[in-house]
This record gives sequence, C-alpha cells and structure tokens, in this order.
Amino acid sequence: MVQFSQENLAKVQEIIARYPEGRQKSALMPLLHLAQEQWGWLSAETMDYVAGLLKLEPIEVYEVATFYTMYNLKPVGKHVFEVCHTGPCMLRGSDDILAYIKEKLGIGVGETTVDGLFTLKTAECLGACGYAPMMQMGKYYKEHLTKEKIDRIIEECRTQAAANN
Amino acid sequence: MGRKLLLEKAHVEGIRYYDVYRREGGYRSVEKALKSMTPDEVTEEVKKSGLRGRGGAGFPTGMKWSFLAKPEGVPRYLVVNADESEPGTFKDRYLMEFIPHILIEGIITSSYALGANSAYIYIRGEYAWIPDILEQAIAEAKNNGWLGKNILGTGYNLEVYVQRGGGAYICGEETALIESLEGKRGNPRIKPPFPAVKGLWDCPTVVNNVETIAAVVPIINNGGDDYAKIGVGRSTGTKLMSACGNINKPGVYEIDMNISVEEFIFSDEYCGGIANGKRLKACIPGGSSVPILPANLLLKTAKGEQRMMHYEGLSDGGFATGSMMGSGGFIVLDEDQCIVKHTYTLARFYRHESCGQCSPCREGTGWMEKILWRLENGQGKLSDIDLLVDIQSKIEGNTICPLGDAAAWPVAAAIRHFRDEFEWHVNNPKECLQRNYGLAHYADPIHVPTPA
Repeated sequence: MVQFSQENLAKVQEIIARYPEGRQKSALMPLLHLAQEQWGWLSAETMDYVAGLLKLEPIEVYEVATFYTMYNLKPVGKHVFEVCHTGPCMLRGSDDILAYIKEKLGIGVGETTVDGLFTLKTAECLGACGYAPMMQMGKYYKEHLTKEKIDRIIEECRTQAAANN
Repeated sequence: MGRKLLLEKAHVEGIRYYDVYRREGGYRSVEKALKSMTPDEVTEEVKKSGLRGRGGAGFPTGMKWSFLAKPEGVPRYLVVNADESEPGTFKDRYLMEFIPHILIEGIITSSYALGANSAYIYIRGEYAWIPDILEQAIAEAKNNGWLGKNILGTGYNLEVYVQRGGGAYICGEETALIESLEGKRGNPRIKPPFPAVKGLWDCPTVVNNVETIAAVVPIINNGGDDYAKIGVGRSTGTKLMSACGNINKPGVYEIDMNISVEEFIFSDEYCGGIANGKRLKACIPGGSSVPILPANLLLKTAKGEQRMMHYEGLSDGGFATGSMMGSGGFIVLDEDQCIVKHTYTLARFYRHESCGQCSPCREGTGWMEKILWRLENGQGKLSDIDLLVDIQSKIEGNTICPLGDAAAWPVAAAIRHFRDEFEWHVNNPKECLQRNYGLAHYADPIHVPTPA
C-alpha cells in the first residue's frame, strides 16, 4: 500500500493549511508534486491515495494529473533530460544538443536507457531563453549547453550511480 | 544610462537575503503605506503612476485594482502570476531568483491596498528551485514582522503562500491560473464575471504579474507622479526586457521606455549587437505571440521614423507594419535563421499548450503545426500558405481565452512579412533542406511614400 513518509505526511498538513477551510482541493497539485518526489511517478494507486487524503473523487485527481505535463504517468529513468526545443532555444542550437544526447545515450525522445538511468524528453519553452540551449534535469536547469557539458553531466550521473551500487 | 527602479540593487552582494535587502532600503514602501496611507491612497498612487500590467496585456494596474468588488464579510485575494511561460520571456524568474524580497514587499503593499489578507504566488512548476527562495524570503519577512498578524502594529494581517504549477502555459491566463490554484485543470473561464468580482474560490481577486507587483515598490516609495515622469506618453516607468536569440548579450535588462529599438539591440549597454558578426534578419519584440517584424520594419516604422521601445512605439503601424510590447520577451533572429522553421516551433508550442476547450484552437493549432512542418520539410504546396492564413483567421477572436489569438498571430505575421520565404520553401523543396533562405531583402530600406 502506498503511503507518504512521515516527513511528507507532515508537509501534507502544512500544505492543506494554506487554504481556507473546505478548499483542500487546492492542495492537489502540491501533493502530486510531493508524491512524484517520493515515488518518481504517479501510479493509479498513488493518485487514489492522494484522492483519499483530500476527500476527492479519484477522477478529480486523474483529470488534473493528465492535464499537466510535469506529472509522470509512467515510470521514468533516474535522471530525466528535458531538452527545450522551442523557438529561442532552436535559434541557439537545441537541435544539435538533442541529436548529440540521442547519439550519446542511444535512445530516442520519450525513451529510457536499458540501465534505467536516463530518460530523454523534449520540452516546450522553459523560460531560460537567454541561457539557451538548455534542459531541465530534475529540480534544476542545465543551461548554456555544449557537447562537452553534456558529456560531463552524463559522466557525473554514471559515477554517482556506480558509487550508490 | 537609464534609471533603474527594479534592478538598481540587483548586483549588491547578498541582496537575495533580508538583512542586505533591508539595509539597502527595502520594505520602506510597506512602512510608508501601512503607517501613513489609506488603502485607497495606495491605489491612487498606482493609478497616478500609469503602471500597466507587465505580463503582456498592458492593462492599467490601478484601474484593475479599482474594479475589485468589496462586499462586506467576503475575503479578497491577491494572486501573483509567476507562471512566466511565453517563449522569449524570463524576466520574472530573474526578479524572483535574485531579488525575491522586492516581490514580497510589493505583495504586502499591494495586498494592503486591496484589503487582502492572503496572497498566493502561482509559479510555473518548472521553476522548481525558486519556491525555496521565495519561501525563505517569506519566512525572513515574517520573522521581521512584515508578515503575519498585526503587521507593524497596524492591525493589518497578511499571509503569503507559494503554489507551483504543473507545466501548462495556459495557466498564465488569469482565469486558468485561478482554476489551477483551485486544484483543477487549467481551462480558462468565460468572462464576465471577471476575477475582480468572482475569482479565487468565487471571491473578488486581483491577478497581477510579478514585475507589476514589484513596480508598486518604487511607485509608493517615490510617488506615482515620479514614476510617470519616466518613459513617454502612456508608457510610463521602466520595463524589464528579456533579450534572447542571436545577440551577443542575452539577458534581462531594465529600460526606460524612451530608447530606440536600434539602441537596445546594438548598444553595449543592452544586447550588444548580433552574435558572430551576422546581420539582423528579424525580431519578435514582445514574446512569441506578438507579430514578428523583418529588420527594416523593426528598426523604423512605416513612416520612416526610428521605432521606439515602448508600448506605442512597438505597436506603431498596427499589425500591418508594427508589433507589440507584450511581455517584453525580445527574440532576435540573425540572417542564417529560417522563418518557416522558427514559426513551426512556435506553432508546435501552441498546439502543445492548447487546453483543448475551444475547437478552433484545439483543432487549428494542430493543423497549423502539421502544415508548417510540411512547408519546412519541403513537402508543402503553395495553397498551404493561404490555408494557414485562413486557419489562423478562424482561430483569432473565436476562443474563450487569448491563447487562440496568441497562436494565430505569429503565423499571420510570419506570412505577412516573409511570404516569399514560405514560397521559396515550396518552390525549392530540396534546396530548403540544405540551406536557408537567408537575409534576402528583409533589411533593405523601406520605401516611405512622400505626400504629393
């Protein structure tokens, strides 16, 4: 059975308290973010659990989770590269960056490497146009990307994974 | 060097933190407003300042505030729109990341004027590290008595909360934002009723952009009249421009709204000219939804005058020969860039971001994307160009929210000014895969008709 960690359960209460009495539905998106932090993605079971916490119908959770692109409805790799390819990034060479990552990881957009370490996605404008080309990686942005920088990022992820094994 | 009101202290070491921000004169506007002004007097100063909404629409802020309904016993809310998602725009991020306290200060002063006791900052979900910065600033402000109960002993109470979005451009539209904040899909509401009457949880609500709220700080500190002295005509004060694309110095710049476009692009104080010694081909001056202009019409108006960087200057000539200030997202294209491809990426963006509620936008954005893909990849027909014009004209004005217009305008403007580049793609299906059309005649001096 899915359940938030004790620490996250305390956060849930804190989040619900941000809204007036009876308006706990507003806590839905923050709770889905929290769930994704804990489990990496949102399974139907997770969404039902969140629905229960907020006294919502499960459909109210599904319709939100499917609307917003940041929620993963399938498991993803440990590191998700979301490469922006909208106009301003395209002008600064995002096509080349995307092609290089594909070649380097041997996967296409929407795919995960067999070791489960990397998932590659494209993203529409992430609001970092002046620091293009760029990608989102977890909580943070990696900006002014070059092939060398991509090499370094991938290497660091692999080293980190090896150390944790 | 123009006057800086928002970014004046941006480079002071540690300005992100309360102690430094306060030492540099922070939170004076709260003291002044709460201790010596009534809420209506604060609103009056904002009206006098001529401040216009900095999110893109440019609606006068003081007027928006004065529309707020004030029924007895019903809470009112201030919601800060930090869902910055318009391609080319990254100015609010800069403010929140580096000078978060100016936003918090602006929220307190503005909430006092509006009579709101809770304010929510709705920030785009991808800016995932910024809520930590804002929450730290909120905690610091609270610990120092600027938030919470009985602020400065005046009896005024205020709490500020940060809410993260989930990656949906549409939530930058104020009613979609409110829906999202209520825990629903970001489908825009039909207006009226406007949020000022029926907004968050059906209560009267003002939704303002981050930069707009930050601008309230200098307005209250120095007075609305002082703010109105900067700039020209109805473009008062300073504006944050986020410049990107093929320029030497991409970044966020605060401008007095009385400089020329040419100065903004070519002077070292701002963009520093076109990168790699290339020539300027085109520019979208106010975020991806406003009309693109070729170099010649960007630098000069159809009347042959210098084009200026303010609301009226950028829109001089209407959509026929002008553009818009929009959100201040300034996207510059050099001579090597392909207008068809650039327009395709924007069409793809709008298809991706359409909420799907209105058929003209839901169906039209996808259709335009497919046609533009064909044209870009040498598989288009000449009739496709007119078909695009036709589709966009049927989206514009036929949707609940402005996303429809936002998706239609870039396509319309690209074809209006660069039709021969689109035709070249059709007539040279192989060559267009190998090379781009280039600068062509887009920087040639424009013919200015002289009166007989």
